[in-house]
Amino acid sequence: MNFVAPVINYSQVLPILIVLGTALLGVIVEAFFARDRRYQIQVPLSIAGLVLAFVWILKIRATTSITAESAVAIDGPALVLQGAIVILGIAGLLLIAERKLDSSGDAFVAQAAAIPGSEAERTATLAKLTQTEVFPLTLFAIAGMMLFPAANDLVTMFVALEVLSLPLYLMSGLARRRRLLSQEAAMKYFLLGAFSSAFFLYGAAFLYGYSGSVGFRQIREAIQTNAGNDVFLLTGIALVSVGLLFKVSAVPFHSWTPDVYQGAPTPVTAFMAACTKIAAFGAFARLFYVGLSGARWDWRPMLTVIAIATMVLGALWALTQTDIKRMLAYSSVAHSGFILTGIVATNKAGLSGTLFYLVTYGFTTIGAFAIVTLVRNASGEATHISGYAGLGKRSPWIAMLLSLFLLGLAGIPLTSGFVAKFAVFSAAYESGSTVLVIFGVLTSAIAAFFYIRLIVLMFFQDPEEDGPTVAAVPLMTTAAIALCATVTLVLGILPNALVHVIDAASRFVF
Amino acid sequence: MYLSALLLLPLIGSAVIAALPAGRTLLAKQIALGTSVLTALLGIAMALQFDRALGTFQFVESHEWITSFGVKYGLGIDGTGLVLILMALILAPIVILASWNEGQGGRFSQKAFFALILVLETFMVGVFAATDVFLFYVFFEAMLIPVYFLIGSFGGPNRSYAAVKFLLYSLLGGLLMLAAVIGLYVLTKSQFGAPTYDVTELSALNIDQNLQRWLFLGFFIAFAIKAPMWPLHTWLPDAASAATPGTAILLIGVLDKVGTFGMIRYCLPLFPDAAHYFAPTIVVLAVISIIYGAILAIGQKDLKRLIAFTSISHFGFIVLGIFAMTSTAGAGATLYMFNHGFSTAALFMVAGWMISRRNSSTITDFGGLQRVTPVMAWMFFIAGMSSLALPGLSSFISEVLVLVGAYQTYPVAAIISTVAIVLAALYILIVVQRSLHGPIAPGNESLPDLTNREKVAIAPVIAIIIFLGFVPSVLLNVINPTVTHTLTQVHATEPTPTAGE
Repeated sequence: MNFVAPVINYSQVLPILIVLGTALLGVIVEAFFARDRRYQIQVPLSIAGLVLAFVWILKIRATTSITAESAVAIDGPALVLQGAIVILGIAGLLLIAERKLDSSGDAFVAQAAAIPGSEAERTATLAKLTQTEVFPLTLFAIAGMMLFPAANDLVTMFVALEVLSLPLYLMSGLARRRRLLSQEAAMKYFLLGAFSSAFFLYGAAFLYGYSGSVGFRQIREAIQTNAGNDVFLLTGIALVSVGLLFKVSAVPFHSWTPDVYQGAPTPVTAFMAACTKIAAFGAFARLFYVGLSGARWDWRPMLTVIAIATMVLGALWALTQTDIKRMLAYSSVAHSGFILTGIVATNKAGLSGTLFYLVTYGFTTIGAFAIVTLVRNASGEATHISGYAGLGKRSPWIAMLLSLFLLGLAGIPLTSGFVAKFAVFSAAYESGSTVLVIFGVLTSAIAAFFYIRLIVLMFFQDPEEDGPTVAAVPLMTTAAIALCATVTLVLGILPNALVHVIDAASRFVF
Repeated sequence: MYLSALLLLPLIGSAVIAALPAGRTLLAKQIALGTSVLTALLGIAMALQFDRALGTFQFVESHEWITSFGVKYGLGIDGTGLVLILMALILAPIVILASWNEGQGGRFSQKAFFALILVLETFMVGVFAATDVFLFYVFFEAMLIPVYFLIGSFGGPNRSYAAVKFLLYSLLGGLLMLAAVIGLYVLTKSQFGAPTYDVTELSALNIDQNLQRWLFLGFFIAFAIKAPMWPLHTWLPDAASAATPGTAILLIGVLDKVGTFGMIRYCLPLFPDAAHYFAPTIVVLAVISIIYGAILAIGQKDLKRLIAFTSISHFGFIVLGIFAMTSTAGAGATLYMFNHGFSTAALFMVAGWMISRRNSSTITDFGGLQRVTPVMAWMFFIAGMSSLALPGLSSFISEVLVLVGAYQTYPVAAIISTVAIVLAALYILIVVQRSLHGPIAPGNESLPDLTNREKVAIAPVIAIIIFLGFVPSVLLNVINPTVTHTLTQVHATEPTPTAGE
């Protein structure tokens, strides 16, 4: 037997490797350092790893290549999304690392294995145990997310999907407060996630059966030459789409979203809401624009219908929510619909619009959830929206920042969300999907209503007696919020630079 | 650089006010007044340099903004823009002076009230000065935020509801317009090779008939909500009666003009065929607005709602003038926008003072004010006469121009609309009779008359109303070339004048 070593362009995959390596170092820290010293090591270590990865991404920003035996494609879209994921990962990590908000430590359970309400849990809580596994877990998830939009064949894509998902399933169940809700969320997320992964794999098998390969380039060529059995192709597309649509929480595969967003510890929700969406849509775009672009007349109608259903139903359901985390969850569903309009456009403007949208959406979402971690009463975060009544009176700055993020999500001009919406809608219009634009615009009006309802509550209503309050905002959360607010404003007023970068980067290699 | 300076100055003022420590309310007011006076003076200086003979944009500024969308930071004014900017700039200090004590019972400090007014002033200038459709849209939408907070935080008991209703109506209109704005982007990209939003370049677009109608509707509905026209007007009475008088002046006097301004600037030149196609329908809606607003005004018991409904009637006249597409009616409509701004401002100012003195806005609570507070009563009377277009006051000229011009193309509509002149006499004279004359209503015996501050605030408004009643040519000379230019863009053929036949 003659083995040939695979050719890997290490420089191109270095950002992913740095993050993975930092995660492994984090595991070692867990094993070899005393419990009370781990936090001091983990936080700077993780952030340093992410910063280093980002620096390397900047260094290789202009390069493209297909490497690791065609398993990984590093090109403009991949690098833009990896950069966004790393930066948002840092913001998310700052929220995860915050220990000054909760009187009993951080947002995470003292001992994850203890049964809620049991003696063991009480002991652990009384001992003021704090865990730091969450840092390497986050880094593993980030590494998976970075690989996901760069995956150039179905198997790598599946591996990346699992690498990013498994830590998230676990992290969703780690909430310190309301543990049953959190564990239920983790369970749901895991079970439904497992199902959708199975769908994805099944679909991958069909696509392999059709084209004889799992590589995107080969699948693309097979479609161009009409090589195989169309039934296999269409079944494969449908099943693979289920797996991906689940991850981006598109209707009808969204039902996990509100439960998980609500149950998970809020810093984890913030991180996952922003970064998973970016990674999943990145993978989505690569699969459909590279691998399946020849079959676009088959999948465009399907995605158009799903996009409309996702926008409309997400916005309508969000209207009826009374919990802010669930409301933001349904709003994230609606945003998936908006982003899908960019994907459906299948033109260059559609791709760059999608990328821009993902970046802006990530920052506004983390910002909004970061504010949610601040509004607290005696039993932890006050997530019922009635608790936000009169916030503008008591903490005007916090209320103004949350309003900024909500206006950004609503897509009001002078915030980043508006430019993003304009970009995807104009791309969809250009490709002839006028219906999508009309639905998108009308849904935006519905969506504006529930964002504004919260603003009304904060500014125009009187606070409840002994309602929740905002204590002094600690440093790390401040940094995360400041970053998100700055990006939301700057990209709203002066988006030109980023639009250019993304425009230039919007080309897949294959 | 005049226009950018006009945009920047109020913004700086509001930033300074925001940075003041809490409690320095008087200083905040003084800064607000100073800034707005300075801005107004700058605006007047600009107006003096305006070349009246040209019908095209002047004081043009253009910088790249979002290049890949073809968006520019493009500013420039023609006659219509100049007149409306002047109106906004003159009204701003007057409103600040008139509402010196407003916003006291508000949810936030008075500082916030005056800072918001200045932010709003920036957006008002921007919306009239933008020559880039995208920039216009940004100002058009961004304007909602300060107004929303002005109504919702400082208004009367119904303020929260009114603010949300206002915002949702406007957002819906704005989003429909966004769809049309996106449509323009795609069109220019395919026809010119690169996207552009420059309004002059856009008028060279060759849009197919069907699409033109849809795009026209996208813009028109947004403007009709703003203007507001029947049947999209229902937010206005709520917003106007919930807002403080100062906010109401800016809302009805200036912001709603954005709707009619948009029709002139965008609906007509960009979509001429569609404008001709829809003109008869719009004229019918305008006539309904005129009559409906007037009839409902007669039936109002609340002073502020009454003024709001009279405005719906007046906006009907403006829209009628615009879509009659004759130079007389067009000039009349633009002049009407300016005059209506001042007559509404006068009405709302005096009404606001009456209401704050009496702690009630119900018309029947007033009575005999003529004897208790003669100056205030006279001011209200003059404002009312201006609203019903009494000859010798400014509104008369514009109303006559609109009716005469509209008669050339839509004689029936013009004739029906003249009924509103009679109705206007009714709704104004009834309120004048009930609140100014007759026996002094109980509780009114010791109401104080206007203070010096209030007299200073209203004097320029009344002066402008009377001055323009006699010398309208000052403004008409500025307006006429622009109107002619717009009408050539719409390919309107001027009918032979009927007068003198």
